[in-house]
Amino acid sequence: MAFWRRWSRPEDGTVGDAPVPSETPESAREDDGASVPGWPGLPGGTPADEAAIDAAELALGVQKSRAGFVGRLRSILGVADATGPSWDDVEETLIAGDVGGALAMAIVERARKRREPDGPEAAVRAELESILLPSDPAWRPAPAAPGAPAIVLVVGVNGTGKTTTIGKLADRYHREGARVVLAAADTFRAAAIDQLRVWADRTGADIVAHAPGADPGAVVYDALDAAAARRADVVIADTAGRLHTKANLMDELAKVRRIIDKRFPGAAPEVLFVLDATTGQNGLLQARSFHETAGVTGIVLTKLDSTAKGGIVFAIEDALGIPVRYVGVGERAADLVAFDPEAFVAALFA
Amino acid sequence: MFDALSDRLRRTLSSLTGRGRISEADVDAAMREVRLALLEADVNFKVVKDFVARVRERAVGAEVLESLTAGQQVVAIVNEELTNLLGAGDRVFHLSGSPAVVVLVGLQGSGKTTTAAKLARHVVRVGRRPLLVAADPYRPAAADQLETLGRSIEIPVHRAPSGTSVLDIVRGGIEASRRLVRDTVIVDTAGRLTVDAPLMAEIADLCRAVAPVETLLVVDAMTGQESVAVAEAFHAAVPLTGLVLTKIDGDARGGAALSIGAVTGLPVKFLGTGEKTDALEVFHPDRLASRILGMGDVLTLVERAQEAFDAKQTAQMEKKLRTASFTLEDMLDQLQQVQKMGPIGQLMEMIPGMGGLAKDAQASVDKGDLRRVEAIIRAMTPSERRDPTVLNASRRRRIATGSGTSLTDVNRLVKQFLEMQKMMKQLSGGRRIPGLMRR
Repeated sequence: MAFWRRWSRPEDGTVGDAPVPSETPESAREDDGASVPGWPGLPGGTPADEAAIDAAELALGVQKSRAGFVGRLRSILGVADATGPSWDDVEETLIAGDVGGALAMAIVERARKRREPDGPEAAVRAELESILLPSDPAWRPAPAAPGAPAIVLVVGVNGTGKTTTIGKLADRYHREGARVVLAAADTFRAAAIDQLRVWADRTGADIVAHAPGADPGAVVYDALDAAAARRADVVIADTAGRLHTKANLMDELAKVRRIIDKRFPGAAPEVLFVLDATTGQNGLLQARSFHETAGVTGIVLTKLDSTAKGGIVFAIEDALGIPVRYVGVGERAADLVAFDPEAFVAALFA
Repeated sequence: MFDALSDRLRRTLSSLTGRGRISEADVDAAMREVRLALLEADVNFKVVKDFVARVRERAVGAEVLESLTAGQQVVAIVNEELTNLLGAGDRVFHLSGSPAVVVLVGLQGSGKTTTAAKLARHVVRVGRRPLLVAADPYRPAAADQLETLGRSIEIPVHRAPSGTSVLDIVRGGIEASRRLVRDTVIVDTAGRLTVDAPLMAEIADLCRAVAPVETLLVVDAMTGQESVAVAEAFHAAVPLTGLVLTKIDGDARGGAALSIGAVTGLPVKFLGTGEKTDALEVFHPDRLASRILGMGDVLTLVERAQEAFDAKQTAQMEKKLRTASFTLEDMLDQLQQVQKMGPIGQLMEMIPGMGGLAKDAQASVDKGDLRRVEAIIRAMTPSERRDPTVLNASRRRRIATGSGTSLTDVNRLVKQFLEMQKMMKQLSGGRRIPGLMRR
């Protein structure tokens, strides 16, 4: 957690700094080596780290409640609020962070009713945190059946970073000791298969690929068979980027999903929707459409190392209740970290 | 893409049109809606603020509120200001120098590589000989992607062994262009974040060294509030000459184009309208502003038609669309030709008043409904095609059997066609939209 929290939490010195990857490689690796339950037969957790974080968290909590107490006292005594951003400022911050005009207004409206003693920003932060679903850092895709591989289907519009995310996922799961099979089911984009193959070589994953232009459903089916035969722990399927408005391409995706359900009936595959953090209000339409087509179970928010805040996630969670599983914060394999709602909200105000 | 924005603005403003005197409170209420509509369209919040303030200031001016057509005047002001936002800068795509160097820059995943291939095809159409240069040494297989695209459109691609610096790759490309007698070099660069100082310096050095005649920022139409900051950062690093807005074939509302234009003054030069390498359009802001306000873009439609039809047919079609003397026979005649012009959804968007149907139309093409429509029309007699109102139950049953479809399919087609005819009559009849046929 250290890396992700450090660049986004205001209490820290590094707020707003560009998360230049080269500066923090050690801490990033530390984070990724952290708790690893979920894969059979692997030990989890690095207790020392957890303890440090807990201590920091506790200190923060104390600080917070003290501030809250003083604030309440102030308001009881009728002393004016500490200077801070006004309601309008906070609303503008939300809009600038791609939360959306209508939702920003609604959030501010709800926050006003909270009568939070620490002022508008604190009230809105609390409101925002209540929208985000709790994230479980120990989350791993569950096996399709006892002894069968877990299945991860990665979907999204063009250019959000699906293939890169899969490379990072493969790396992460591989380092946790899982045996990973990649399915190169983006058979449309030129050289997408080559790109995935590079990632397979880098991360030590197996890859199942057909020729360019092949039926993506067939690729996935073969990958599932290969994974079952090789007793792999997880299959990660790449799919071609598709605009959610193209009915024929969405039908193709629905077919891939049906093939998974047919090969492993009753399995609940993880369908990860990859969302570019620079996306605006269109992100909600995308999420809705992919959810209807493929049954999205989680979101991966990519390119969060840019200047974008990814506020559309609030609209998506508010409307669809799909949790964010991971965020992408760089181009290296290790730059995929578990989602931390509190840090995410803080970054919106950084 | 701009449909949703147009829909909302139209609904908001329609409460003002058709009314005589309006109060300042009416204007304020409308401006609140305009603000929300623009924000939902991802127009940058600062741009929205200025825009609303400007429109309001002009709208509550005494002479407007007291006039008897105040509502229409407010709409006209919105239209004017919107065109101003879109209309910035020099939109000519310059190709001078030997070779003319065009550099594409942008964030990861904005569509640079695909756009490079599309641009290559575009410059071939205007009579030039392009060379593509794969200057993205970072993303795995990026050069392979460009090479594959180049092969598919028969344009040579220059690439260099890994480890070659970006500057050397491009210099090598320029040398290769002389050897291969190519007069236009299109450089595909790596996607980069604006906060990545070394990569931004790299692109700045590159542009200083090779002095491109066009440096285009490729922007995803789905980009949110950050579009302005991104454009500003790239513009500060390299002098940009314009934008390419990609993925506008989705349902994003394209606020990024408005915002970047308003803040940086950079013109949008091209629109990416699909995944195929011919899906690139030259951008016309005046037409787009009227498309946003729901006035359609008949001109672009006619231009597309010109590429696919001969001139005589085009004139006929324009006339038919205008006078609504469009029969099922014409529909059959043109079904295949229309397909040559591009996705039906995009065509419909350009026809005034049809924007809302565009998505349905596209969906039905995707599902193969067009083939069914063709079969049904072919099963009709010529007189039935000219006047579908003669179709009674027994004729409809015959047509269904003859075309291998169901009675429901036949009924649906007839109903849709009659509705379409009615709509076209309305458009060309009394309720003419001002300015529609002007140019």
